[in-house]
Amino acid sequence: MKAFTQHSGIAGPMDRANVDTDMIIPKQFLKSIKRSGFGPNLFDELRYLDEGQPGQDCSHRPVNKDFPLNKPRYKDASILLARKNFGCGSSREHAPWALEDYGFRTIIAPSYADIFYNNCFKNGLLPVILTEQQVDVLFKEMNAAQGYQLTIDLVAQKVIRPNGESFDFEIDVFRKDCLVQGLDEIGLTMQSADAIKEYEKTREASQPWVFGAIK
Amino acid sequence: MSGKTVYDKLWDSHLVKKNEDGSALIYIDRHILHEVTSPQAFEGLRIAGRKPWRLDTNVATPDHNISTDPAERAAGVAGIPDATSRIQVQTLDDNCDHFGIKEFKMNEMGQGIVHVMGPELGATMPGFTVVCGDSHTATHGALACLAHGIGTSEVEHVLASQCLVTKKMKNMRVTVEGELGAGVTPKDVVLAIIADIGTAGGNGHAIEFAGSVFREMSIEGRMTVCNMAIEAGARVGLVAVDEKTVDYCKGRQFMPSGDIFEQAAEYWRTLVSDADAVFDTEVSIDGNAIAPQVSWGTSPEMVVPVTANIPKVEDQTDEVKQKGVERALEYMGLEGGAPITSVYVDRVFIGSCTNSRIEDMRAAAKIVEGHRVSSSVKQALVVPGSQMVKEQAEAEGLHKIFIAAGLDWREPGCSMCLAMNADKLGAGEHCASTSNRNFEGRQGSGGRTHLMSPEMAAAAAITGHIVDVRTFSGEQS
Repeated sequence: MKAFTQHSGIAGPMDRANVDTDMIIPKQFLKSIKRSGFGPNLFDELRYLDEGQPGQDCSHRPVNKDFPLNKPRYKDASILLARKNFGCGSSREHAPWALEDYGFRTIIAPSYADIFYNNCFKNGLLPVILTEQQVDVLFKEMNAAQGYQLTIDLVAQKVIRPNGESFDFEIDVFRKDCLVQGLDEIGLTMQSADAIKEYEKTREASQPWVFGAIK
Repeated sequence: MSGKTVYDKLWDSHLVKKNEDGSALIYIDRHILHEVTSPQAFEGLRIAGRKPWRLDTNVATPDHNISTDPAERAAGVAGIPDATSRIQVQTLDDNCDHFGIKEFKMNEMGQGIVHVMGPELGATMPGFTVVCGDSHTATHGALACLAHGIGTSEVEHVLASQCLVTKKMKNMRVTVEGELGAGVTPKDVVLAIIADIGTAGGNGHAIEFAGSVFREMSIEGRMTVCNMAIEAGARVGLVAVDEKTVDYCKGRQFMPSGDIFEQAAEYWRTLVSDADAVFDTEVSIDGNAIAPQVSWGTSPEMVVPVTANIPKVEDQTDEVKQKGVERALEYMGLEGGAPITSVYVDRVFIGSCTNSRIEDMRAAAKIVEGHRVSSSVKQALVVPGSQMVKEQAEAEGLHKIFIAAGLDWREPGCSMCLAMNADKLGAGEHCASTSNRNFEGRQGSGGRTHLMSPEMAAAAAITGHIVDVRTFSGEQS
């Protein structure tokens, strides 16, 4: 996995609450058996005026000019400013895959749906949690200034604004470590193989029905 | 020290290792796979040169992407019209064959929607940790399991190690006491809960559903409720074990039998929250007051009782809510203040992992029996949740009732719940749907979903508009 320590970039808006994973990446794109290539279809139904199909060349599709991320000022956005309960709905990891493939490295929102939040960390995408008031401040500053740029310092757990002031954010130690070091989580778990085997032995002795049922 | 909740007990009994950084390694007893969220996980295993840790824990089936059309289904995988869908289903078959994972293939007895299949085959047992790359995995919590959805990276993690790295959730108890009125179903109970606590109300929590309403509810009804825990933001929803749980498990294909079953049942009966257990969050709802519920908007919290009117923008308390209601009304093509029963439906969908079990089929059949689908309804689909549900329904003659009333009787799959196959809404069409999500575009680009119970959806199919099933007479208006 890609490591994440610090990122500076243009912020772009997704200014509504409860953005669901169907909105982030509509279901027709989940038919792919690959992990990449979802970026052109991020927010597909909002971004384009026609109905997107998998495998299509999106460069010739009619674009919804009213959709904020389509505006030239947000063209290079790599930080997504969003509202509460971002990523609610399904467990599809295609949602963080699409955000990452589009070019986002960070999302900033007051809260996230649990599964989506968890999925982000597996893909080098940092979901930052700030308070609603702090997110409001960022939205206002972004709306007021073209090329509004933020720096996310994961090591110091800070969102640094253009005026040099910053907001601190909280994050679980284990999630932070994995991201900062770009760790292979499976490899890490495999180091506990003996503990897993030991657990299985104990469990099988007391609850034999747990093992061997499916053949 | 205070007592333990069911969730605490499940957590403790699956703890392999606590890490210093606050995370924990949790053992997974059952892993269910389907075609959409597994191909990249299998590919990851291959690239890393890893093998599944334990084969006898995995069970797979295709459900999301497959056709429900009987003729197309009869043609097998080759009969799936869409090439990308066909490749995905074929990839699941190939991966399961390659790694030696038990799969119920598309037309095999046992196949079904993952969350219908697991419990009915007895692959889901009380006290288990159950995961699947699908957010509605909480369904299995009806059997007192710690069950939740995972992403594809975690599918790979579980395949490789039989464990997940995770953090303990908080405990929430939703208590519904009282007695449900006639025509009020488990679906109405869970929609009322979501309307009450909101779609983020359960974030970070495992919800235990408690109280007389759930004690009286069938196991299938409890599955409908737990299924939608995620729509209230909770990854996990569960109900404690009682004798209904134990009876449900008896005789199912993968369940133990004889002395081992009795030994298991003795353990299962301990899976109740201790009297002195403390919940981080408590919610209480009056079961007597719940009416049949219908969603009017684009989020599962946008729900009203069938007797109510659609909300108005100006009645909302804060600006974010006003914006949300305004946008939802616009998308749904509805007028704030109009009765919800004034909404006409173009299509009806009875199915999904929420409401496609035999009790749902029976309930819907009872409503439509002797009536005809309204001429204004373009299509009314009945999609049984599994091959076993289909077989049972046909043995009871339910399919004949549906067909005589003008509904389509289909092959099992996820179908119009998420419209990955050809079963979908056209832009602007309203649908009376027994599924779980009414997000924009969920059932088809521009489609307008109204979530409700199978009884309510069946009644809407006959009258052609949303109608209170308690006063439904079968007359078209």
